Amino acid sequence: MTLDPINMAGTKARGKRPSYFQDVDVDRLMSILMAVAGELAVTRERMDTLERLLAAKGLVAREEIEHFTPDSDAARERGLWHQDYIARILRVIQQEIEQFDEDHQAKQQAKEENVSTTTELDELIEELASS
Amino acid sequence: MANADRQVPPPWNVVGPHGVFPEARHDEVARFNFLTNLNIHLASQILPGVRKAYDSRVEKGSAPANRREVGELLKREPLYQLWSSLRRNTMEMRQQNSRAMVFRQLPELVDKARQLNEGSSTLQLDSSVKIPRYVSAVDIHCMPGGYHTEYCEEDVAAGANYDSGIFVTTAGMLGRFSDGGGQALVEWLREQMEAGFRPRRILDIGCTVGHNIVPLAQAFPETEIVAIDVAAPMLRYANARAKSLGVNNITFRQENAEAIDAEDGSFDLIITCMFLHETSSRALPRILAETHRLLADGGKVVHIEQPQFTDDMPPYEQFMRDWDTRNNNEPFWGTLHDLDLFEAMEQAGFDRDRVTTCGLFAVVDEELFPSAAKAAADSEDYGRKPAWHAYIASK
Repeated sequence: MTLDPINMAGTKARGKRPSYFQDVDVDRLMSILMAVAGELAVTRERMDTLERLLAAKGLVAREEIEHFTPDSDAARERGLWHQDYIARILRVIQQEIEQFDEDHQAKQQAKEENVSTTTELDELIEELASS
Repeated sequence: MANADRQVPPPWNVVGPHGVFPEARHDEVARFNFLTNLNIHLASQILPGVRKAYDSRVEKGSAPANRREVGELLKREPLYQLWSSLRRNTMEMRQQNSRAMVFRQLPELVDKARQLNEGSSTLQLDSSVKIPRYVSAVDIHCMPGGYHTEYCEEDVAAGANYDSGIFVTTAGMLGRFSDGGGQALVEWLREQMEAGFRPRRILDIGCTVGHNIVPLAQAFPETEIVAIDVAAPMLRYANARAKSLGVNNITFRQENAEAIDAEDGSFDLIITCMFLHETSSRALPRILAETHRLLADGGKVVHIEQPQFTDDMPPYEQFMRDWDTRNNNEPFWGTLHDLDLFEAMEQAGFDRDRVTTCGLFAVVDEELFPSAAKAAADSEDYGRKPAWHAYIASK
């Protein structure tokens, strides 16, 4: 058997893949998007390494990059960067979750101020336009 | 929130190297760092949102009575769809990333393993051992090729791939050598020894790369240990790994757990660590019967698994803990966790009054690694946190 690491890395695991969305195109796009997201994180980490090495020595040898190990402070900064990055690209999900709290608050406010519970823009446009 | 309050997992660089561990290049490490943090984000930021979405549907009148009905409800919930899809993708990416690293250096890894295993009496392969259906039907954990596929002569790729990715899935909670489970067993056994239980021969069933048994071999060098698995690439890798860590008291043998080639009563301690859920309803009674046959009087069997799905466990938690069954190629996971293991062990010949259960947490170097025991109770990442139930049977 010829070993082609590029193809073999991506081999499918035996077992049908579940689909998660109503439209399988969304499943496919999500997989591609997350792979791209990962690669951007990797590029950012590599640049971080380069910058640290450049600052420390004024020149960069390829071997140095390959064997660079972050000290604990740098590792923490990089971990934080990953968290910041992941939160940024998954912002839409954070906001979807915050919608639950918004709904609760709106309900509370509706009770206290005798106003509508809606935060739907179309409904609010109508509400604010009506006399 | 100030960044100072944020928990940051250790970088993948701190994974303990040994003689057959793949050499990681800069970007390969960065890929693992990304996935580790992504797994933490999914568990700590998005999963609580799935819970809110669920609660909101319950408030609106849904009343799922069991985990199947929870599943029916959540299948239509967009936030659950997203979380589930992302979690599946982290598993697939973790495989792709470590396979890319392993296959580019496979000839070197095979050479390193060959040198460490050459003339070694502690590696005993048997090509007549058939791969059971429960190992070959699907690739468990979405590991392409599973535990057993061999890509070249004297292959160790599956072992190297498995060993290098455990850290990512558990976000470092299994420690430097992914051996937090083995270290927990060492602590347990030290307590048992104080109470007078001193095993001389230990059997580890379903050992994979030996990460759970090496700590016992190191802590108790006077014991004689046999570790079995059906997968040759795992065993070659495990033996080379153990050798390079200075361990010589484990014999790695290719065997089927349903019919083990050993004398009745020849072990004082038998261990399975996260293994039973990867078998089948047909195999399980045979495996448990083998443990009863092989155990000496006065000996103990310890099975480490995630908590069972009992009536006390809310349907939502059961559903979440069952996620891996369908989404991470663990087809026996749900069935095993529905079983009454006490009854299963009784049917295998053990006295029910002498079977107990206790909680175990991964034991890690807490200067570098997050502690599962000290992690916030609400940080549950159903089925991933190294917090286990141990089932202990005495004979």
